[in-house]
Amino acid sequence: MEFDFTATAALSALAYLVIGPFVGGLLAGVDRKITAKMQGRYGPPILQPFYDVRKLLEKEAVTVNKGQDFYVMSCLIFMIITGVLFFAGENLLLVIFTLTTATIFLVIAAYSSNSPYAQIGAERELLQIMSYEPMVLLMAVGLYMVNHSFYVKDIIHSEAFSLFPLGGIFVGYLFILTVKFRKSPFDLSMSHHAHQELVKGVTTEFSGRTLAALEVSHWYENVFLLGFLFLFFANGTWYMAVVGVVACLLAYFVEILIDNAYARMKWQFTLKSAWFMTITFGGVNLMLLYFFKMFGIL
Amino acid sequence: MSYVTKSPWIIHYDGSSCNGCDIEVLACLTPMYDAERFGIINTGNPKHADIFLVTGSVNEQNISVVKQIYEQMPEPKIVVAVGICATSGGIFRECYNVKGGVDTVIPVDVYVPGCAARPEAIIDGIVKGLDVLAEKHANMPKSSVSASDAAEEKVKDEDMAIEVRYYGKTAEELDEDIADERVSDAQSVKYYSSSDKDADDSGDKNNGKEEV
Ligand code: SF4
Repeated sequence: MEFDFTATAALSALAYLVIGPFVGGLLAGVDRKITAKMQGRYGPPILQPFYDVRKLLEKEAVTVNKGQDFYVMSCLIFMIITGVLFFAGENLLLVIFTLTTATIFLVIAAYSSNSPYAQIGAERELLQIMSYEPMVLLMAVGLYMVNHSFYVKDIIHSEAFSLFPLGGIFVGYLFILTVKFRKSPFDLSMSHHAHQELVKGVTTEFSGRTLAALEVSHWYENVFLLGFLFLFFANGTWYMAVVGVVACLLAYFVEILIDNAYARMKWQFTLKSAWFMTITFGGVNLMLLYFFKMFGIL
Repeated sequence: MSYVTKSPWIIHYDGSSCNGCDIEVLACLTPMYDAERFGIINTGNPKHADIFLVTGSVNEQNISVVKQIYEQMPEPKIVVAVGICATSGGIFRECYNVKGGVDTVIPVDVYVPGCAARPEAIIDGIVKGLDVLAEKHANMPKSSVSASDAAEEKVKDEDMAIEVRYYGKTAEELDEDIADERVSDAQSVKYYSSSDKDADDSGDKNNGKEEV
């Protein structure tokens, strides 16, 4: 696998590194504002997530053990690497496995404290990974079949418009996006809303700087996930790029709507429904694609 | 400016309240009052919280719980006592199991009297507490807090206590009023009983009048 860092690749990776957290933080702020409006409240300022993180940096550092900080920092760093690789146009499979590594570090960080809340949160996080991971892999396979490359830069510039042949996979990805964004009904391991049965799930034992790092990694992750969605629309033209960005924002709005409309489900439902969607939409989509290719239609 | 004042996260603990104040605390989060517009979040996790909101008096059973929650919160942190029970023990003050207000166990920074404290008063109390929070942040030692620092902090806590007034009265004045009421109640009972005695025994009549 050769790392071909052209000027544009380096530039977009740098842009993600610098602008990524601001976009992610703004999205989080808009999320809280829209959520408040949906509930008939006025809501916090749009910049509230930035205030929160700044405050967390000002707090006293309290950690349960030395290892915890290391694990959370690794989570943040791997999350950044995931996005940098993605926006630099690298291999999708590499990107996906780096993302998994980042999430696993979060699980280890939660396990490292002896708090029962954090540990149950970590177990649920593992179940969440199990429920969304197959769909993410199928998506990479689908994009490969349509664009004949695993490289993001090739997918973005290829003539093929991925959304139509991969309609089923797109629906499946939208479904697991709810899990990835930590939205109800699938916010099992941790949610941004207060008062849950698990206190704060995986983040229960983190405070101050550590929690701030986790929050920032969440912003990075959200931007990257929306970038993934963008791949379905990109075909190298500027107008489809605009359509793609609008579609990303629309998808984000739908996730907020779902978040406010559902109560949390049990992990059994999360796993079953995610796999059901993966097999029926993702699997059948790939099968049809395979047959079309065999008969030379596509 | 310190950002601690822009995102106050709260942990709410119910000492031995009658639940009246707790309902009012929750009412702060409803669309009517919407505490989140100040960035206030009810986290339910001491490690994430900046403000410790206590309703109800402290009783012998939960002294350790209140102390533990307080100690788990990272600095800077403040304590807001909501309701007259949390302020001074209130109506439960003389119960056999009640230790008194929250300040008998941990340092309190803001007192919000009232029975029950109104949501407006609670939000007002939290917002007033933000000044204390900012001051504490300014005085925070750069390294981790040592025991002597913590002791100093405690002294400062008491100096900086702010009071939210209830119908123009401080918690202490209200407390005195309640005490006065109790005394006059007790007196009237006494008077009544002595006048009862009057009817029974003319010999004690003079003594009873002298007592009053
Ligand atoms: S102050 Fe009044 S309403 Fe509040 S807990 Fe005490 S008795 Fe109940």
